[in-house]
Amino acid sequence: MTRVAIAGFGITKFSKEDVKIESVLMNATRDLFSNTPNLTQKDIDGVLVSSNSNSKYLSAILSEIVGIQPSIAHSVESLCNSGTNSIVSAYSYISSGLADVILVSGAERYDSPGQVLEWDKLRGEFKHPIFWASLFSKSYKRKYRITDEALALVSVKNHKQAVNNPYALSQKEFSIEDVLTSKKLTEDLRLLDCSRPCTGGASILLVSENYCKNFTDSPIWISGLGQKTTSASFTKNLTFDNMESTKIAATKAYEMSNHKSKDIDVIELHDAFSVCEPMALESLGMVDQGKGTEMVKEAYQTGNAKINPRGGLIGSGHPLGATGIAQTIEIVQQLQLEAGKRQVDNPKVGLVHNMSAAATSSTVLVLES
Amino acid sequence: MNFDSELKKGNLIVSECINCKKITWPPSEFCNQCLKRTSWRKCSNQGKIIEFSKQNDTCFGIIEFEKSFRIMGTIVEGVPDINKTVEVLDCGISDNDYYLKMKVVE
Repeated sequence: MTRVAIAGFGITKFSKEDVKIESVLMNATRDLFSNTPNLTQKDIDGVLVSSNSNSKYLSAILSEIVGIQPSIAHSVESLCNSGTNSIVSAYSYISSGLADVILVSGAERYDSPGQVLEWDKLRGEFKHPIFWASLFSKSYKRKYRITDEALALVSVKNHKQAVNNPYALSQKEFSIEDVLTSKKLTEDLRLLDCSRPCTGGASILLVSENYCKNFTDSPIWISGLGQKTTSASFTKNLTFDNMESTKIAATKAYEMSNHKSKDIDVIELHDAFSVCEPMALESLGMVDQGKGTEMVKEAYQTGNAKINPRGGLIGSGHPLGATGIAQTIEIVQQLQLEAGKRQVDNPKVGLVHNMSAAATSSTVLVLES
Repeated sequence: MNFDSELKKGNLIVSECINCKKITWPPSEFCNQCLKRTSWRKCSNQGKIIEFSKQNDTCFGIIEFEKSFRIMGTIVEGVPDINKTVEVLDCGISDNDYYLKMKVVE
């Protein structure tokens, strides 16, 4: 089994703009070609598109637009973790020997149909993600005696970090008071506790070990992958104060990479809502149960950007199909020591955590230089 | 007879496997354990509050029925709290969405 590296990437600015999904895919891919000078269309064996758009045949369309005739071309859809799931698919094609070079491109529009899961009728009229997030927040706060202020700090930190990310939707800092006085959506959720849907695209190039030197001098290796889907319906989560699918996916990814949670130097995790950050830190084994907000506070107070350096979903925006790929690009840049103002101190091992539909599904990647 | 047609009439029913007797949820004509056919039966009209929150004056929450399956609905009467028992006052389908209205049994 060949090792698989990330050898190139491209991204668009995340925005509220009304851009066709095909154009978003094209723009992220044009940026990838521009960042990867030795890459030509003929090098690419496969094109995978990650999106929740209702548009069909997007991998063939993207290939046509940018002049690729791939052997492998299809879409990957899994709501909010479509992006990392498409990276896992590309990894599998390469490690099995079916392909050497795969372009993965994720894109979403601000009005994505992936924001509501029609299947989950057990949510009744409470279909919008703010309702599961409210119940997660309520449950988490009660179990561990966490205050609204402690959760608000997640949003404060991630908005602050996003200011150094030129592709982020938000470029503004907020105080704890701003978060706590932002529009009240429910008893347990304010507007600034939420990531926002947006238009954005991200592309990444996965290559086999033999080919990676053709495209980069600083490959980043995918050394661990883990996935778990526990259900589709939110109410089937066993508990609402931790992420069972994340725990299982992380265990698999650590085992495959021969790393432990303490080895992780930088992490992009799925902060769809502020409560998700401490819950994910705990479910990833970074900190004991109930101590996630303390880890967030310490990182904020010491100016350590190791948790969500690009601003996470709350600061960067959440273009569903592009999110997992944008998270992965951030970890690649961090490990290449090319993250500019966002750079954390000399990281060697990084982690990506991407999940769907109230943590009913999670994907975890471990990357290293 | 199916879940939606009964819910439209205000009846909350469950799908129970004719073979292994497990309840499949979300409701289905086939068991998700042994994949045999299920039959429909009336559900207990009392459940337990697993979690709840509030939007404006509407209290919504996850209710567990028969120590088995969970559904979201609104708690329209009484003071909700975790583990309190609720009773179904009304259920149905409105604008394509299931709805369940409950009161706290004090």
